[in-house]
Amino acid sequence: MLMSVGSLAAMGLTLGSVLGIASRYLAVEENPIEAELQAMLPGSQCGQCGYVGCAQAAVALAKGEAPVTLCPPGGKATAEALAAKLGVKVDLSQVSDSGPQIADVTEEICIGCCRCMKVCPTDAIIGAAKQIHNVIREACTGCSSCIDVCPTEALGMVPIPVTLQHWTWPKPASAHH
Amino acid sequence: MGFLDRFLNTPSWGVHPEDHKRPAADVPLRLFPSPGRVFMPLHQHVGGAARPIVLVGQKVLKGQLIAEAQGNISAPIHAPVSGTVSAVGDVTAPHPSGLPFKAITIDSDGADRWLEAEPLADPFAAAPEEIARRAALAGVVGLGGATFPSAVKFALGKRLKVSTLIVNGGECEPYLSSDDRVMRDFPDMVVDGARLIMHSIGASEALVGIEDNKPEAIAAMRQAAVPYPEVKIRPVPARYPMGSDKQLIQTLTGKEVPSDARAAEVGVLVHNVSTCAAVHKAIRLAQPLVERIVTLNGGAIATPGNVYAPLGTMISELLAFVGLKEAPSRLILGGPMMGTPLLHDRIPIVKGASGILAFNAAEAFVPDAGPCIRCGSCTKACPMGLLPLEMAARIRVGDLEGAEAYALGDCISCGCCAYVCPSHIPLVQYFSHAKGELTAAERTKLRTDATKRLAEAKSARIERENREKAEAAAKRKAEREAAKATAAPPSPVVEKTEGASA
Repeated sequence: MLMSVGSLAAMGLTLGSVLGIASRYLAVEENPIEAELQAMLPGSQCGQCGYVGCAQAAVALAKGEAPVTLCPPGGKATAEALAAKLGVKVDLSQVSDSGPQIADVTEEICIGCCRCMKVCPTDAIIGAAKQIHNVIREACTGCSSCIDVCPTEALGMVPIPVTLQHWTWPKPASAHH
Repeated sequence: MGFLDRFLNTPSWGVHPEDHKRPAADVPLRLFPSPGRVFMPLHQHVGGAARPIVLVGQKVLKGQLIAEAQGNISAPIHAPVSGTVSAVGDVTAPHPSGLPFKAITIDSDGADRWLEAEPLADPFAAAPEEIARRAALAGVVGLGGATFPSAVKFALGKRLKVSTLIVNGGECEPYLSSDDRVMRDFPDMVVDGARLIMHSIGASEALVGIEDNKPEAIAAMRQAAVPYPEVKIRPVPARYPMGSDKQLIQTLTGKEVPSDARAAEVGVLVHNVSTCAAVHKAIRLAQPLVERIVTLNGGAIATPGNVYAPLGTMISELLAFVGLKEAPSRLILGGPMMGTPLLHDRIPIVKGASGILAFNAAEAFVPDAGPCIRCGSCTKACPMGLLPLEMAARIRVGDLEGAEAYALGDCISCGCCAYVCPSHIPLVQYFSHAKGELTAAERTKLRTDATKRLAEAKSARIERENREKAEAAAKRKAEREAAKATAAPPSPVVEKTEGASA
């Protein structure tokens, strides 16, 4: 009687501690797919998807709580890549990739308050106190964080102009519907 | 078919459209009277746009530099007439989109005074690099249509030790005869230009490939090449797209340029006959590239033929010069197979403008596209050995990666597939669309990567600033406490500094 109680207790203790140690040292800190998804997102932490930042968006994507089309600055290409990674089908015709936009300063009303510069995640706005600010087009991700902080509404989103370098032939109209 | 081809020495690829080159090709070259105003675009070549160096109101001479090359792959722009710079602004680009690009407008003084410049005295005694340098300064670009800066190709040829220069006199596009005219009227310039290029790249021979539908050009070039045995005139069968570099290389040397490789990697370099003539002018006459021969052809033109015109001349002026029988139903820059459809005629001619085609209604007629019947005609015609029907089927349903897996990247957009398609499917438009979308996706990816780098740089900067602020604050605090400790009876001076630092 004592023998069996003792041996079972000993086994319980040993195995329990093994499990405890294993859970400590072999723990998976986060879902590995989350890191991969985060790497695919722009990383500007703009919050347009409704999450705090790209890491949180990646968590939501991994759990399947967010659609792959959540990232406006990433556009069609990111949505496609995310869909391929997660193995989900996605209707990309719904993604409004038509208007990739960037911020633009209306110089007449800019008072040089420097607020927009501070919130810009990519340092795309240049300027100094009481100097007219300007947006570096190549660096602007179109996250529109600066729009809300501008006290004079000098900042607005404008569509990226189509240039000869960006224009592509349209798809031919299908012959047989 | 393939068996017979071997006997007839005709390639099995490609198509043989009716060439429509004559009578335009046989009409003597006409000199376009100096235009009153030219619009010289800053981006007439592959690579970075040139940067203007003239001011509005400035007087310029013909051949004077007005915009300098910008970046490693670029070309300078020179004044095509003498006169006054009147504007730097937008003009419609010779592009299917009809979007604008920047151009320098020059009001001609009608005198056509050239800028005095010293030609290279003995180019064959000069260093090969000097030829390349002068060609680059003269703004010479590939005039066959690709408009790649020639000097960059010279340097590449020299680095890869190219032994054979191939001079492209194929001009396989129907309707066009500007290269034909260059060879007939200026064969000495072409041969001399070819020899200069050979010297520049260190090649030992030049093979001049000319389609056998141009016997006059072959005769003239043979005559001009008599004193130079290293320049060999090689008639090639008239077959579209013989003027495409990979096809011409294969026909002349038997070497096949691998996919994703350049011609120089198989030991040859291809330059167009008009480019050779431009190199001759740049080196021997010190004249930059400011004029070219343009074919004006098509059913809507009253007197089709070739015109020698300054670059930057409006197409409308050229059309008025040769006369129009009727309003053109379609305007094309370049040939009918690969040319660029133009939305209107208020567009200046550029370095790569080999011809302007004004088609009448019958020529411009495009039948409605039908369904693909999988006949496979396109695969037989494709000079690159691709499967156009498979690629188009995938692009139609938006599977661009699928089309890429069928080697869409190797497509040269020659249009053979669309030409033979019995269902008149606009295959090339499918491929152009897919190539554009794939490039755009690639660009977005690069942009995303750049954004990530910028965002990381910003957070690193914020972190550093905070750390520095904290360190400075800690330092100040330590100083304050040290000051407090040393000054046992608090003196008014210490009080003051404390107040200033807080």
